[in-house]
Amino acid sequence: MSAGGHRRWFGLDPLGALLCVAGGLALAWLPFVLFKANRIVPGEPRALSEVLPAGMAFAFYAMVALVALVALRGSNAWVRLFIAVIGIAVAAITVAAAASALTPIGDRVVRVAPGGAFWVLIVGLGLLAADALARLRPGPLARVACLVAVMGAIGAALASGHFDDLSIMREYATHATRFTHETRRHVSLALGSLAAAVAVGLPLGIACHRVPRLQAGVLGALNVVQTIPSIALFGILMAPLAALAAAWPALAAIGVSGIGAAPAAVALFLYSLLPIVANTVVGLARVSPAAVDAARGMGLTGSGVLREVELPLALPTLLAGIRIVLVQNIGLVTIAALIGGGGLGAFVFQGIGQTAIDLVLLGALPTVMLAFAAAVVLDATVELARRVPA
Amino acid sequence: MIAIERLCKRYGDAAAVDDVSMVVEPHTITTVVGTSGSGKSTLLRMINRLVEPTSGRVLIDGADIALESPHLLRRRIGYAIQGLGLFPHRTVAENIATVPRLLGWDRARVRARVDELLAVFQLPPAGYAGKYPHELSGGEQQRVGVARALAAGPNLLLMDEPFGALDPIIRGKAQDDLLEIQRRFGTTIVLVTHDIDEAFKLGYRVGVMSHGRLLQHDRPARLITHPADPHVSQLLGAGDRSLRLLSLITAGEAAAPGSVDGPVVAAPLSLREVLDELVWRGATAANVVDDAGLPVGQVSLAAILARGRAAA
Repeated sequence: MSAGGHRRWFGLDPLGALLCVAGGLALAWLPFVLFKANRIVPGEPRALSEVLPAGMAFAFYAMVALVALVALRGSNAWVRLFIAVIGIAVAAITVAAAASALTPIGDRVVRVAPGGAFWVLIVGLGLLAADALARLRPGPLARVACLVAVMGAIGAALASGHFDDLSIMREYATHATRFTHETRRHVSLALGSLAAAVAVGLPLGIACHRVPRLQAGVLGALNVVQTIPSIALFGILMAPLAALAAAWPALAAIGVSGIGAAPAAVALFLYSLLPIVANTVVGLARVSPAAVDAARGMGLTGSGVLREVELPLALPTLLAGIRIVLVQNIGLVTIAALIGGGGLGAFVFQGIGQTAIDLVLLGALPTVMLAFAAAVVLDATVELARRVPA
Repeated sequence: MIAIERLCKRYGDAAAVDDVSMVVEPHTITTVVGTSGSGKSTLLRMINRLVEPTSGRVLIDGADIALESPHLLRRRIGYAIQGLGLFPHRTVAENIATVPRLLGWDRARVRARVDELLAVFQLPPAGYAGKYPHELSGGEQQRVGVARALAAGPNLLLMDEPFGALDPIIRGKAQDDLLEIQRRFGTTIVLVTHDIDEAFKLGYRVGVMSHGRLLQHDRPARLITHPADPHVSQLLGAGDRSLRLLSLITAGEAAAPGSVDGPVVAAPLSLREVLDELVWRGATAANVVDDAGLPVGQVSLAAILARGRAAA
């Protein structure tokens, strides 16, 4: 779909204008790369012209100008998407080239990190791409395909070795084994607590729907849980879990203790319950009473009505609850590292402790990407479930 | 045959259905008419145990339904309601197949039955089987709702305001279709409505309910000529008693031998419609012909007026 109908502002695309101003200011005032003598000292800004051969620096600025022109004047969404993707690739290649140029061959101490201008450009170009994509109105499957393509491209780029001289990849190289382990731990904590919350929350939601008197009490209690700050909840759980483990060594043997993964999993489970129960209740309440009455009148049993009519019709709302929980959990697991729960948050807190910002990013960026991927996939699933007319 | 014996349903102190007894004759349509809150829906829902009576009992073919498992009972009784309750996530064919599937029919038999019903209800299977309810017009949805209720060939069909959501023209057609379907399958139908004209048009017998009580249960003409309760006459309306009576008699039934110089009317038309025709044309008598166009006899204005008199 062409964006010909998009509102213009003095003949310029308003989002494009905003992004051009932000990008221009960032390039003028913020460093594109930071040079650090080692991983914990603050970086010194380096201009691209000092770092890269003149031709390459010129090519970069020319490309930036072209992207800006299309962002301002281009009306075809495909062209805008294409130029945004090219822009991201160029920015990434440039920062990688700068890193290689600044790092003496064989040096393991020097760090070259992307600077503020790079991040502003990446975010701006990402917004430009997202805007163009939104104008194209891709279907749910197309969006998942886009996600797979983007993740694949990032994976391939990182695996190619071109980015190995960048500081964050240096940190990755140092922590590669642990990174895999913590990522796995992160995902299994987020998904495991979600699965437990669905296993408990779905029947609880159904019970609340069937017995309205239950509803106010259950939802009220879960609301209270939701208002407890996550760190406080982790803390509150420490004492009872430690006591449990002390009282029953068998529990301790299977990993229950006051710190570590157990309180994290329990806290995440408790946070997950409200969205699951609430969305189950809302989803079931939205099912047409006539359909339920007809189903009962035709001789479906109570569980038959639930299985064949109520749950299928409540599914989109239910999936929306699962989406909320999964995205929320992926973020919350990061905090779990504070009590020894592991996950990518471990890098974040370790990095903060060492004032090693690159290590913080090694934990934070994959977390953001995981949450983003979960949101895209589940949004697409919700939309597909809604397509079955309801 | 359905025998309803001293059936009561109380909610706290209020009686939704108060001591109702009636016998529904097999292979006929019985309509129950009343205002909202008269207890007619509750009465209907006690026949398939969607509502359990406080006291009294319902016998179907002599067997007390309280002794049968509710969902097994419901699978042999058709059920169609206002708003239809079609399953929005299921196709037309899947909706119709609901009860046969519950009864464990094999795939081929279900399919054959669905196709047969779609054809009966003028919904060609090729075009309609795979559609979803929201892709159908109101009238088509209504036909699917009745087809679904009849899918397993029940002897008894319960209908709660099945035509309530239809506009008047489609409703008239749906009522004609229901009469046709009833003749075709011989199903015993109990239909609840708030529309007195619908109750009279469809009902072999009409029950009139008010405040939980069954005021009268009789042939339509008897309700007009011998109302058992002031409420019954009130519900029927005082302004068109005679016309209502005439609408219950067809020209074919009233035809006398001979032929006259006047307009031609079809035998299935009601005397009310013939009267309208005569007044409109300024004629005093009409010739009656059957579906094939063959003469049946004649009806005169005087004969029609005599039929519309009280205590005919």
